Amino acid sequence: MSQEILDGLAVIVNEVAGVPVEDVQSDKSFVDDLDIDSLSMVEVVMAAEDKWGVKIPDSEVKNLKTVGDAVAYIAANQ
Amino acid sequence: MSREVVITGLGMTTPVGGDVASTWQAVLAGTSGIRRIDAPWVADQPAKIAGIMAVDPGEVVERVEARRLDRGQQAALVATREAWAQAGAPEVDPTRLGAVISTGMGGLLSLMDAYDTLLDRGPSRISPHMVTQIMPNGPAAVVGLEVGARAGVHGQVSACASGAEAVSYAARMIQGGRADVVVCGGTEAVIHPITMAGFAAMRALSTRNDDPTAASRPYDLGRDGFVMGEGAGVLVLESAEFAAARGATILGIYGGAGLTSDGHHIAQPDPEGLGAARAIGFAIEDAGLSIDDIVHINAHATSTPQGDIAESVAIRGALGSHTDNVVVTGTKSMTGHLLGGAGAIESIFTVLALRDRLVPPTANLVDKDPEITLDVAAGAPRTLPAGDIAALNNSFGFGGHDVALVFRSA
Repeated sequence: MSQEILDGLAVIVNEVAGVPVEDVQSDKSFVDDLDIDSLSMVEVVMAAEDKWGVKIPDSEVKNLKTVGDAVAYIAANQ
Repeated sequence: MSREVVITGLGMTTPVGGDVASTWQAVLAGTSGIRRIDAPWVADQPAKIAGIMAVDPGEVVERVEARRLDRGQQAALVATREAWAQAGAPEVDPTRLGAVISTGMGGLLSLMDAYDTLLDRGPSRISPHMVTQIMPNGPAAVVGLEVGARAGVHGQVSACASGAEAVSYAARMIQGGRADVVVCGGTEAVIHPITMAGFAAMRALSTRNDDPTAASRPYDLGRDGFVMGEGAGVLVLESAEFAAARGATILGIYGGAGLTSDGHHIAQPDPEGLGAARAIGFAIEDAGLSIDDIVHINAHATSTPQGDIAESVAIRGALGSHTDNVVVTGTKSMTGHLLGGAGAIESIFTVLALRDRLVPPTANLVDKDPEITLDVAAGAPRTLPAGDIAALNNSFGFGGHDVALVFRSA
């Protein structure tokens, strides 16, 4: 399940920011490792919400530091 | 003492070519880039034709850039990369590097797309890039970031004179000492049912839908309005001193600019062409030249019944009997009207005409309007004399903006 979400998220991050799919790993920080700025993060969140039918409020987005954080949040809330 | 400004790089993407070489070859050959718009929405539009970019800029820029940028910004980026590469990517202190890129209407396609999204899916699905896609300074900002400009990033807004006004402002930045190098020009990509309907409502567009390549016909008796085009043109301007110090190839010399306003009507040209004539006079004066030095004019010549005559009157008003010695052309006959991009691509055409001593023909000029008292190039390119020569590029915009630029051969 988590692997599926990770794979899906990697595709989204690649689409939004051009980061190679293989670089999008659980331990990677969106900001520090993947260079995802706040605007791109909004796009990632939107696409994830659409793909997995979850709602990720802004108050949660700031806690999603790493890709793994996002995978866990989506898995727990979908 | 004002500093001399030279041109060291040119870039463009237009309805007749994806770069300068292909575009210049096409206009010298008199090739029209106008075609029928291939979209279902044209069905109930009065005007169903346009000059669509020959090469989709969204396919040229990186995929992520295409996603984040408006189509007009993509075109500006394509043209900038070509111009910057030709200039040899000058190594310049970023605080001495500027960008001035204009648009007449801003990121209208992105705005309309976003509005569709708003209606279909609600406010939560609006792209975080929408605002920077639609802001009129967006293309300037995108180009400024591309080259790393820190002397200033600006976007002049004067409808169809915007691109020419950008070039004049860029030159002022160098002349006044604010910058050594400025990337400048204009871009527009607003072919959409809303703009086509709006311009058609003004009765400004040609409706020669059954013969698209013949629709834009400046100075011809059969002209019935302009044809919308899209694309971008970018020039790299430098102080002559800076260019010489780095051994840059000089493509042409910026002479000067004249900027006036009609104070006549929001959209119609002053039939006496007074504002335009004053702009031409000021430009020649600003260039330190005399009327006799002008050998060629790339006219605004949009193919509207009134506008072409008003410009003819203005040119004769400014140049007097010397008008008979000047070869005029209307390249919108081939590219269509790029609105905010027009003054930029036509500045480039003017620089190239001086460099190659060749004036592109005005396409579709078959039956010349007797009210046009100009020597218009038609049928084939016309040659220009050897030696030091100068030419004008005219651009006028809804709102009564008149901009004339003078360029000199290198």
